[in-house]
Amino acid sequence: MKTVQFREALREAMTEEMRLDQSVLLMGEEVAEYNGAYKVSQGMLDEFGPKRVIDTPIAELGFTGIAVGASMNGLRPIVEFMTWNFAILAADQIINSAAKMLQMSGGQFHCPIVFRGGNGTAGQLGATHSQSFESMYAHVPGLKVVTPSNPYDAKGLLKSAIRDNDPVVFLESEKMYGDKGEIPEGEYLIPIGVADVKQKGTDVTIVSFGKVMKVAFEAAAELAKEGISVEVIDLRSVRPIDYTTVVESIKKTNRCVVLEESWPLASISSEIAYHLQRYAFDHLDAPVMRVTQTDTPFAFSPTLIDEALPNVGRVMEAVKSTLYRG
Amino acid sequence: MAVSTKKKPAKTTRKSTSMKSSKFSKETYIKWYKDMLLIRKFEEKTGQLYIQQKFGGFCHLYIGQEAIVAGTASACIKGDKHMTAYRDHGHPLALGTDPRVLMAELYGRSTGCSKGKGGSMHFFDKEVGFMGGHGIVGAQIAMGAGVGFAEKYNETGNVVCVSMGDGAVRQGALHETFNMAMMWKLPVIFIIENNNYAMGTSVERTTNVVDLSKIGHSYEMPSKSVNGMSPEAVHEAIAEAADRARKGDGPTLLDIKTYRYKGHSMSDPQKYRTKSEVAEWVEQDPITHCSKVIKENKWLSEKEFEAISDWVKNEVKESIEFAENSPYPEGKELYEDVYMDKEYPFIVEY
Repeated sequence: MKTVQFREALREAMTEEMRLDQSVLLMGEEVAEYNGAYKVSQGMLDEFGPKRVIDTPIAELGFTGIAVGASMNGLRPIVEFMTWNFAILAADQIINSAAKMLQMSGGQFHCPIVFRGGNGTAGQLGATHSQSFESMYAHVPGLKVVTPSNPYDAKGLLKSAIRDNDPVVFLESEKMYGDKGEIPEGEYLIPIGVADVKQKGTDVTIVSFGKVMKVAFEAAAELAKEGISVEVIDLRSVRPIDYTTVVESIKKTNRCVVLEESWPLASISSEIAYHLQRYAFDHLDAPVMRVTQTDTPFAFSPTLIDEALPNVGRVMEAVKSTLYRG
Repeated sequence: MAVSTKKKPAKTTRKSTSMKSSKFSKETYIKWYKDMLLIRKFEEKTGQLYIQQKFGGFCHLYIGQEAIVAGTASACIKGDKHMTAYRDHGHPLALGTDPRVLMAELYGRSTGCSKGKGGSMHFFDKEVGFMGGHGIVGAQIAMGAGVGFAEKYNETGNVVCVSMGDGAVRQGALHETFNMAMMWKLPVIFIIENNNYAMGTSVERTTNVVDLSKIGHSYEMPSKSVNGMSPEAVHEAIAEAADRARKGDGPTLLDIKTYRYKGHSMSDPQKYRTKSEVAEWVEQDPITHCSKVIKENKWLSEKEFEAISDWVKNEVKESIEFAENSPYPEGKELYEDVYMDKEYPFIVEY
């Protein structure tokens, strides 16, 4: 095993796949000569040259459309968005084109393409730079949506995403790129659509994904001090969702809190809560609770950010409420 | 501010008066004639069937614009790719797709070119290099450039013809794409099928730059206007552009001036234009023109003309029979062709 940063894990995934398959290429703003806005692609231009590591103008709709067309015609592009907030400009090509191409063409054309970049809040960046898109893209049939929370998962899942023959939305975080973690020396893959029980427990299950997994772990550690045993599940992908792992856990703990960074309405937490009342009704000893961002646009001031985001205290409170403990 | 809606589109005129000294062969003229007649009759019948409610959805006919796809198809070679928006019936027909699978697609049958999942706006035929059939105005401009990106990446020498209406020129996707296509010298021919109306809004009412060929100049893209009622002019322009693309010199913009004789879609009352305007364009009809050239050169006898006409009628008739005798897709087909991943766990509720 070796210790790497999240960004290095992503880079290893892309680099290994590009060495294996000439049809894989990386495209996006600042990915080549600048070595990546967040240094994810550092050194890749040197290894693969400008034919395969391609700087684009600031034209998300245009370069995403070009990548989608290229994927219809035999290439396997990786499109880096500086943040997913900017990819809203490219949503037409992701949702209307890539997600539907196989179906509209009656199976004749498919889009093996990965769209990846930073997602969610990343400090005092104001309302337009701070949004989480998990549930929005998870809503769309034809896409797969991956939400890694650590370097190990990031590398294994990104390699699977690049090899996948369907379009994959891969949601990272500017706040995670510097996170360190252990990964094997050699190659490994993690399948898309398989959740991971990151921590075993018996009293309550916390279901989460992506960057806020850290909040889940911290809350679980604090709750352990109070004698509450928390099972922590990392969904790792939100389309498809590995419902089986969640239901199996609730059969054991009988209580669930869903934690996500995004807004509450039509969210992954509402989906999990629906699924549990439908398929684990008899196993629930308390209502499913959730901790999300406030139902408001993200704001600049530190006090407003503290108020908006899920935190350890809120998660602990939600967990205790499922145990009917004040 | 009152804006005139009745301004006439610039008329195109044929330069050549003599039709005998053509640089195109007898075979080419006969092929153009046959292909265009097939498209015309297929579309006329499609319009009638639509009115009879044989099938639903939107329906955008290609009648009047046939010379564009005829001239494009004759100037391209196998391996070249083609993409357009939702006025997409003419392209696969000109490229050689069996009209039966197209009619079946209009009817929403499982034997359709897109298995009844795409309909009128989403024809696809990989076999002939036709890559859709796209519903969002302008989206195909970027995707088509991407198809060209892949051809250049793999050094195939193939070119990509990307068609759009004059309305699509105002989409941001075009400007973003033109910039990159020129910078990366993509082997793409951008074809504006300029019928002068974005639905009911004339070019003059949406822009100060009514000469659409000028749009390319901002990107230093070779650009020109072409008479879209002439398969000869279209063929020559496409051939020149394709030659440039194959040499690695990048894209071309062709503003091909044409006219749709029918409404934007089947539900268009056409109050934005006059009958005399339509009649002026019909005078330049490309099918009539080709038949005149063929007759003047005595390339076909009356009998042979009749045989072509019979063949076309029969193709259309058999297409309808094929469609009407084909089954609708079964409900379970919804879950096919959504993912390449055959194990994808769909959520299934009531």
